[in-house]
Amino acid sequence: MRAAFFGGIYSNYLGLAAALVDARRRGAEAIFCLGDIGGFGPHPDRSIELLRAHGIPTVQGNYDDAVGNAKADCGCGYTDPVDNHFARISYAYTLEHTSAIHRPWLANLPSRILFDAEGTRCLLVHGSPRQVNEFLWDSTSPDDFLEHLVSSADVDVLLCTHTGIHWQRALPSGRRVVNVGALGRPANDGRTNVWYALMDTDRSEPFEFVPLRYDHQRLAHEMRQEALPEQFVETVLTGWWTTCLEILPAKERSRGKF
Amino acid sequence: MNEPEAHLLPSAASRTPSAPCVNFRWLDTLWVQIAGTLCNIACRHCFITCGPKAFEIPMMTVGQVESALEQGRALGVRQIYYTGGEPFLHPQIRQLTEAAIAVAALTIVTNALLLDEETVHWLAGVFETSRYSLDLRVSLDGMTREQNDPVRGRETFEKIVAAIGRLARAGISPVVTVVEHEEGLAGSEARSRFLDFIRSLGVPRPRLKFLPLLRIGREERRTHGYETANALVGERLSSDVESTLLCANGRAVTARGVFTCPILVKHPTARMGKELADGRRPIRLDWSACQTCVLEGLRCNT
Repeated sequence: MRAAFFGGIYSNYLGLAAALVDARRRGAEAIFCLGDIGGFGPHPDRSIELLRAHGIPTVQGNYDDAVGNAKADCGCGYTDPVDNHFARISYAYTLEHTSAIHRPWLANLPSRILFDAEGTRCLLVHGSPRQVNEFLWDSTSPDDFLEHLVSSADVDVLLCTHTGIHWQRALPSGRRVVNVGALGRPANDGRTNVWYALMDTDRSEPFEFVPLRYDHQRLAHEMRQEALPEQFVETVLTGWWTTCLEILPAKERSRGKF
Repeated sequence: MNEPEAHLLPSAASRTPSAPCVNFRWLDTLWVQIAGTLCNIACRHCFITCGPKAFEIPMMTVGQVESALEQGRALGVRQIYYTGGEPFLHPQIRQLTEAAIAVAALTIVTNALLLDEETVHWLAGVFETSRYSLDLRVSLDGMTREQNDPVRGRETFEKIVAAIGRLARAGISPVVTVVEHEEGLAGSEARSRFLDFIRSLGVPRPRLKFLPLLRIGREERRTHGYETANALVGERLSSDVESTLLCANGRAVTARGVFTCPILVKHPTARMGKELADGRRPIRLDWSACQTCVLEGLRCNT
């Protein structure tokens, strides 16, 4: 069985459209979205409409909960004033530009999806099984901690997003954690492509990360037309994060430009 | 081994009935006061009154630290903080660092005065090769010696700045922590100037954490204590606040046992027992310093 997993969309409807085509071309029989449909990018309705039109099962991210329920902030979980400054700009735009018709759909998304991939129990969450906005970074998620999460959930594979940087690990128990990354913005690696995860249960290493090219120039153009911060646009055009930096652990931060 | 419940929370006399409770969610962060209260300087705003002659809380033995790390591992800890006093005064700091980084991400909270070239070189090696993240938190309380030295001690400014430069040259970008001990260090403008200042020291990716003053310990003598013993009232905090408090997600371990958080390690009433498992229960925010976390948003974690 092949299945594709899309992390934070962050209103990158162009990336989402390209990913839907790419995943099906690669034989994905099932496609899932792990939440945070809006934020960062332009025209949030367009990503929602794509997911709804294609019937993509979607986990509720903190952004979806916040927009769907018109909360005061995005609930991203940042602690630094600079991170929060840009989070407020992003959230205000997204909240204002998400149509009322989509809010109940966002508000009613499930917090987790459990599915059986030919005998492998997979749990899909946004942040972690215990907290929607918990950041599971590779360098700050010890094996014992992950074993604790996965065994508490009683699954074989835990899939998550929220951080924006993809990674995976096979745990000593044989269970696995996969952070599927994000379709919404590059992975702070100086490349303009975005990433999603593809599972093939016939392979000995069932998960691979797929780099996805899309029309990032057009996305940047539309972000400027919508007067979104130039810092966001720079990330799309360069592949380096310019915001949400303070939440990065030391190891992940050292790999970026800023 | 558990201790009797009655011994663990503040005494009836000190307890404010209306102070809110904080439920313990899980052990996300483990603070380990490896150096006790021993420090090579005596900052005038130190909330636990550390110093060269402060032996009130002893240095932890390697065995005590390893036991705390093992207990943390069993509880699924995510990140460990080494603190003191000054952690680099611990004669086995390198052994303890290797032990912690094998368990989880480690942050060492330091005044950087002992970070000579050789130590920095060693740290850079650990940073490069460790599986989990190693972070350094360096305290610096001003952008000039006039701003820093009155609280951290004479000639500390030059030494700390030099150590930050050494770390930067070795590829380590420390989190510089700044206590807002004067008006010039408050607000976004001060933050922006401080970031520029750190960048000017050769740090390409400056990281900064501002901390509000805790009006206990030596700070109480420098300025004043809290105006009210406990300004917190009400049965519950909002879940957004409660869930992010360190005492909801972490505990501190010292040579004296397990405490609610690293701020209250000198308060006998904040002691929760001998073992980390003893700390897995709610606490009541009875201590005066709790108002800084709840009302001013202090979060000890980076």
